[in-house]
Amino acid sequence: MPSFDLSEAGLLAGMAAGEPDAAVLARLHSRLAADAGSAGVLDLAYTVMDSPVGRLILAATDAGLVRVAFECEGVDEVLQVLSDRISPRILEAPERLAVPVAQLQEYFDGARHSFDLDLDLRLTSGYRRTVVQVLQGIGYGHTVTYAGIAALTGNPGAVRAVGTACGRNPLPLVIPCHRVLRSDGTTGGYRGGPAAKKILLDLEAAA
Amino acid sequence: MKPFEQIVQEHGPAVLRVCRAVLGPQDAEDAWSETFLAALRAYPALPEGANIQAWLVTIAKRKAIDQHRSAARNPLPVEQLPEPPPAGGAAELDGLWHALKTLPVRQREALAYHHLAGLPYAEVALLLGGSEAACRRSAADGMKKLRTLYREDRNAIL
Repeated sequence: MPSFDLSEAGLLAGMAAGEPDAAVLARLHSRLAADAGSAGVLDLAYTVMDSPVGRLILAATDAGLVRVAFECEGVDEVLQVLSDRISPRILEAPERLAVPVAQLQEYFDGARHSFDLDLDLRLTSGYRRTVVQVLQGIGYGHTVTYAGIAALTGNPGAVRAVGTACGRNPLPLVIPCHRVLRSDGTTGGYRGGPAAKKILLDLEAAA
Repeated sequence: MKPFEQIVQEHGPAVLRVCRAVLGPQDAEDAWSETFLAALRAYPALPEGANIQAWLVTIAKRKAIDQHRSAARNPLPVEQLPEPPPAGGAAELDGLWHALKTLPVRQREALAYHHLAGLPYAEVALLLGGSEAACRRSAADGMKKLRTLYREDRNAIL
């Protein structure tokens, strides 16, 4: 019955005229994030912020900040790993990350030299976790070599393992793996790319 | 398993359309919120490969029943027509809802689940009960009636 189909198409077009607009969906999304938070069913909240080293993805659990990632790692990829390793109950919920976002902004403005945040280190374990904990002791504007970190962990032969641990640091910037350099003075690799590492070192050297 | 955020992005608009068609623009947002909150709670236990849209619509239907029930407990003057909204899209929607709410709930649901949520009639039958053919008939009857009513309504607006 072609005439009926035509009317049906017209009707469906009428329904599409009432297509939920972006503003309504955005409002519903914030409400969902807030309701999920109070109901205790939001296992991971995340947000994306601008920074001098590109956009950053920040994710937190109830225990604290669990992941800082660079845009070059891919937002979808980062969220998928969090879903697989922690929980798929993930929503974008910027309010839940207001404090780390503010502290990172102060850091990029040169106004903050250390972070005061609850950290959730569950994405790192074993020797990598030991390295990450040692990294937390490197002060603003200071640098250490990979060999130096290996020595500090009591395992001076583990230079390569230190490099891997820095590369897999789940909380770059906040846990300052960018302050670890090669023994020949070159900057070495970085999860956010070598250019980002240089920007951070220059920022801290200028202070 | 996909992060739930992706589920909201992919299915949020369709679920809102369904809630609007079944409950009207006023109650749709509450139903949407309750649907996605319940879905988030249950999500980790959802079997791999499940039809997510059908699952969400099932939850939305349950929420719609709750709302119908609470509306019956607290009757509101629904016969009063809302003020004409300013935006064109919203006017279309209100005109459509004006026509939709004269349909029996079953026809409205069959229509929304098949045409707006894109569920095959076999899935619609699981949701509404009865046979696939009966659901197809409900949707067709609803569509036929809606076509007449909506056309009158549009003519009245234009």
